Amino acid sequence: MAKLELLQSLSGHKGIVWNVSWHPLGKIFASCGEDKIIKLWGKEGESWSTKTVLVDGHQRTIREVSWSPCGNFIASASFDGTTAVWDKKSGQFECNATLEGHENEVKSVAWSPSGQLLATCGRDKSVWVWEVAGEDEYVCEAVLNVHNQDVKKVAWHPSSDILASASYDNTVKMYKEDQSDNDWTCVATLQSHESTVWSLTFDKSGKRLATCSDDRTVKIWQEFGPDNQEGVNLEDRESIWKCVCTLSGYHTRCIYDITWCTSTGLIATACGDDIIRVFKETDDSDPNAPTFDLIHTKLNAHSQDVNCVKWNPSGNQELVSCSDNGEVKIWKFTEQ
Amino acid sequence: MTKLADNVNPDVYDKGSEREITSNERNEDIVDEIDQREVFDLIRNINDPEHPLTLEELRVIEEKNIFVDNKQNVVNVYFTPTIPHCSMATLIGLSIRVQLLRALPSRFKVTVEVSEGTHMSEHAVNKQLADKERVAAALENNNLVQIINQCIVNS
Repeated sequence: MAKLELLQSLSGHKGIVWNVSWHPLGKIFASCGEDKIIKLWGKEGESWSTKTVLVDGHQRTIREVSWSPCGNFIASASFDGTTAVWDKKSGQFECNATLEGHENEVKSVAWSPSGQLLATCGRDKSVWVWEVAGEDEYVCEAVLNVHNQDVKKVAWHPSSDILASASYDNTVKMYKEDQSDNDWTCVATLQSHESTVWSLTFDKSGKRLATCSDDRTVKIWQEFGPDNQEGVNLEDRESIWKCVCTLSGYHTRCIYDITWCTSTGLIATACGDDIIRVFKETDDSDPNAPTFDLIHTKLNAHSQDVNCVKWNPSGNQELVSCSDNGEVKIWKFTEQ
Repeated sequence: MTKLADNVNPDVYDKGSEREITSNERNEDIVDEIDQREVFDLIRNINDPEHPLTLEELRVIEEKNIFVDNKQNVVNVYFTPTIPHCSMATLIGLSIRVQLLRALPSRFKVTVEVSEGTHMSEHAVNKQLADKERVAAALENNNLVQIINQCIVNS
């Protein structure tokens, strides 16, 4: 039997906690929400506590926080229409750059694996790619207007500069820079969900993507490249993404977030029914038509909607989650 | 410029009677579960954004269109716009949602939807009302919050 054991429940935020993000080494994490502050949490002995509180960066709700791959920067996306970049060159975290351009709420922000690119998206239906141009300097490389509704989430491929975005228009799109003219273009549209796609997560290889939606399903997508043995016709494209698995019937309300562990391969979901669920690919799973088992259901993980779940990047099977009622929780997963 | 209301001359209905208070409800030892009537009472007096009338008087809200499941912590409210192209449908739904978010215990999952077949953009309105992120962002808009507060002031 697998179990998800509560290590600690952390309070300190007022109102909705929208997002949590691990530092790349997994010893610190950040949380943000309706109270317009970012809290950095660290472990002392066996217990987690607030190390720093970042204030005055935003005028409205902070929707998402994201650590740079080097761990020296934090980017925060806010309903105030801006994205702030925080660094600790002075010894403590300060906001030294503000990225402006979105017309209204910024919903998500993510760093590319090299740390040289940032992506943001928002209610103005656009996705922006920013390049780190120098100290505290960020230049907009592209404004991508291919979604026709609110864009909820952006995420980068784990090893290359491929960007994915999820939207209220029920689709996921992927973008790449065309090496011939340095133009960013949409290279794929992933269509299958029947309502808002709230979040997405690549697996370790970057060959698979998991998405979650208001339609109460999780979908697993797989990339088929030029060398594919399955005979998938690429229709002049470099690769094609196909939905190879739909997990339906498990969630009773909207699924707000999904996280794919890079070391264990386990998938965890955050749901509007207050439950955290953990899925595992079955041992005899067919690579082209994979199957997943629900191996754990944590009822009442929070007393209200679960907004975000993230596996610790160190691979120690810790999971952090947050909820509408101001709570952040740290969990330990064990599979027996 | 004053905008003319979408439905200039809506049908107006009588208000229902006040809830009768039974002896069981006066008894502190008996747990009163939140029921259909209680949710109805929370929202019946919300004002229409365009008319000096309540949502009950316009039959936008009726007790029979409210569903409560205490065990599952679910409250579903279906409202009926006075006309199928009512441009105020989202605002009315938002006012109902805000009133219930403020008045009900936080354990409840509140769903507010247009009654099936009563609005041209029913699906789009329902999707927007169900998107809690967009609702949260809307509630940070001071102008909008003022309008909503005016609608629910008597509730």
